[in-house]
Order: sequence, then structure tokens, then C-alpha cells
Amino acid sequence: MLVLKTKAVFIFIMISLASFASENQSNTEEEKKAYDPVPGVMEHIADAHEWHFLDYKDKAGHNHPVSIPLPVILYTNGHLDFFMSSAFNHGHSTVKKGDRLYGLDEHGHIVEKSGISVVDFSITKNVTSMILSVIILFILLRITAKAYRKNNGVPKGLQSFLEPLILFVKDDIIKQNIGKKYTKYLPFLLTVFFFILINNLMGLIPGSANVTGNIAVTLVLSVITFVVTTISGNKNYWGHIFRPPGVPVILLPIMIPIEFLGIFTKPFALMIRLFANISAGHIIILSLISLIFIAQDSLGNGGAWGVAPVSVLFVLFISLIEILVAFLQAYIFTLLSAVFIGMAVVEEH
Amino acid sequence: MEMDFGAFAAIGAGLSAIGAGIGIGMIGGKALEAMARQPEHSGMIQTNMFITAALVEGVALFGVVVALLK
Repeated sequence: MLVLKTKAVFIFIMISLASFASENQSNTEEEKKAYDPVPGVMEHIADAHEWHFLDYKDKAGHNHPVSIPLPVILYTNGHLDFFMSSAFNHGHSTVKKGDRLYGLDEHGHIVEKSGISVVDFSITKNVTSMILSVIILFILLRITAKAYRKNNGVPKGLQSFLEPLILFVKDDIIKQNIGKKYTKYLPFLLTVFFFILINNLMGLIPGSANVTGNIAVTLVLSVITFVVTTISGNKNYWGHIFRPPGVPVILLPIMIPIEFLGIFTKPFALMIRLFANISAGHIIILSLISLIFIAQDSLGNGGAWGVAPVSVLFVLFISLIEILVAFLQAYIFTLLSAVFIGMAVVEEH
Repeated sequence: MEMDFGAFAAIGAGLSAIGAGIGIGMIGGKALEAMARQPEHSGMIQTNMFITAALVEGVALFGVVVALLK
């Protein structure tokens, strides 16, 4: 409980500070253009080749972006190119390696000027965030595991927080839905649960990368679930799909395609559910903060200051809901994966 | 005729939000009724309520994703 309260206080402080961050897109040169929140919101949701924190304007009015450049690794036509994304100068320059000229398009993707296809293996913002979350996860769970081995009996500290969570996932989600052979799937499902949980929670920190709200990440997670389900499917599983028991023969031409499509739609729904829930949460939070800048645009600075407390309060409220959604989505993903695996390994009764 | 399809996307997202609201509201209502009738099974009912709510919300989010694509 104390950890949750500390997390809430921390998030409140960060959110209040974040509302002062200069997402300042109202340029003083063209007063007529209304503030459009969409590019700013989309920039925070999307992946990027540099970790952009903020922009600040110096006295001359020039815009200085503050960001951490990340490595860019590209494979084109048999050549492996490696450079830091600071070479792109926030999109203003192009990079020449041999006879290849690379630049950033308006979506932040790397294109080669003569149109050759580029395979992008870069360490982008999401990759860096995933590496960070994996390191954090490893440290946290290693401490818990070592404490479990040492303290025979009374858990203390981090172990007392994580161990009930691990046991909850193991008993109520995995063992209940898979049945006897659950130990085989424990590593995978526990990893999925904690990976999604940590990345969901980290995504709520201002300035972080939006990992689980990226459809490529959720695609991979659901593909892995699909592969595990399909590989561990026994004869009953395939029998249920191609010869559903108790179905009159005349309905089989309808049932079999539906059941066959169901093999693919279930992981697809897993992917969309996690992606949309987390992305939508981030978009809501970012849009509520953008309200301040929209108010500045139409009501002036006084209006912006007036809207700010309301906006920050809403953002705090939504952030608390998003913490619940973070846990819930991790729980649902793991639960449904366990249910699908359980359906695949069910024994004849 | 110049049409801004962004407006239709917003209406579509709103309609799918109505669907989600009605669906999850019904689930929550029925779950609360069941918990009131049999308080000793509250835990199981709550678990199943979350599962069903997530499934319904998944369907509604299909609509949101399609709206976002526009």
C-alpha cells in the first residue's frame, strides 16, 4: 500500500511538473496559425530515433531541442551502416555513407534518397526503453528470488510486495486455466505478465517511451502466444476445431471456417486490446495537457494559467485510472493467453 | 464536394464508445446483482466480470483503432 501511495504522490509531482514542460509549438512568427495538438500528441506516442525530452527557445527565438541521440543501425544492399542519430540534426541534415544518402521523412522513418529499401535495426526509443525495463525487471525479480531462497518463512521488503503478485499469477491465472501441465508454461506466462506490467507502468512516466502502446510490440507478444498455443495443441484441440463435437453435420461447413478463423482472431484481439488500451490512455493524458496550450492560443496566457489546475487535476485522475488499466491489461493478456493454452492442452474428459 | 472524413472518424469512435459503455455497464450491473445475491462468491464473480469487461472493451477498441486510422 505504501508503495502504491508513494507511486501516486510521485506521479502527481511529475504530472504537475510536466505541465510546465515546453511542448511549446505556438511560434511567435505566425500568430495566425492556431495551435494544433495532434503532431505533439503523435510525437509522444510514436517511436523515434532520438529520445526527445523538451524544446526551449533562447532569447533570439531559436528553437533548441533537447534530446538524447540513439544509435542508428541500417542494412542496405549488403552494407551495414552504423551512426548516431545526432548526425540527422533533428531532421535537418542527411547522412551520407558510401553511396547511400539517408534522411528522415515526416514520420521520423529513415529513407534512402534514391528509394532503395532500408532494413532498420536501429536502437530506437522503444528498444532502449525495453532494454531498460528488462534490466529493471531482472533486478527486481532477482532480488525477490534471492530473498525467497534466504528468508525461510517471513518475507520482507521487496519480496513481500512481489511474491504475492507472482503467486497470484501462478495460482489464480495459470494453474486454474491450464490445469495439470501448467509448470511448462510458467516461465513464459509469468514473463509476459511482468513485462507488460512494467512497460505499462513505465509508459505513464512523463518523458518515457510508449512501448506497449506500439502495435509492433503487442504484435510480437501475441505472435509468441499464438506460436505457443499452436505448438502445444494436442489432438483434442485440433479435433475441436475441425470436428466440433456435438455439431450436426449440416452445420459443419459453417463451423469449420469460423473455428479456423478463430485460431487467428484470438491472438489478433489480444494484440489490438493491449495496443488500443495503452495508446488511448496516453492520448487522453496528452490531450488533456494540450488543453492548456489550446487555451493559451484562444484565451491568452491568463486563460492558460486558469485552465492549468483543472487540466492537471484531470490528468492526475486519468493517470490513476491508467495505473489500474496497466495492471488490468497485463492481467487480461496473461489470463487470455493462459485460457488459450489451456484450451490447447485440455485432456479428453 | 469537399468532405472532412476526420469528423466521421470521430463519430465512429464515439459510437463504439457508446457500445463499450452500454456493454460494460450491463456486465457491471449484473455482476453487482449477483454479488448481492451470493456474497460468498464475490471473488469469482469479480474475476469473471473483469474478464468479460476486457473482452467487450476489446471489441469496442477495434472501432477506436479503425477511427484512429482515419
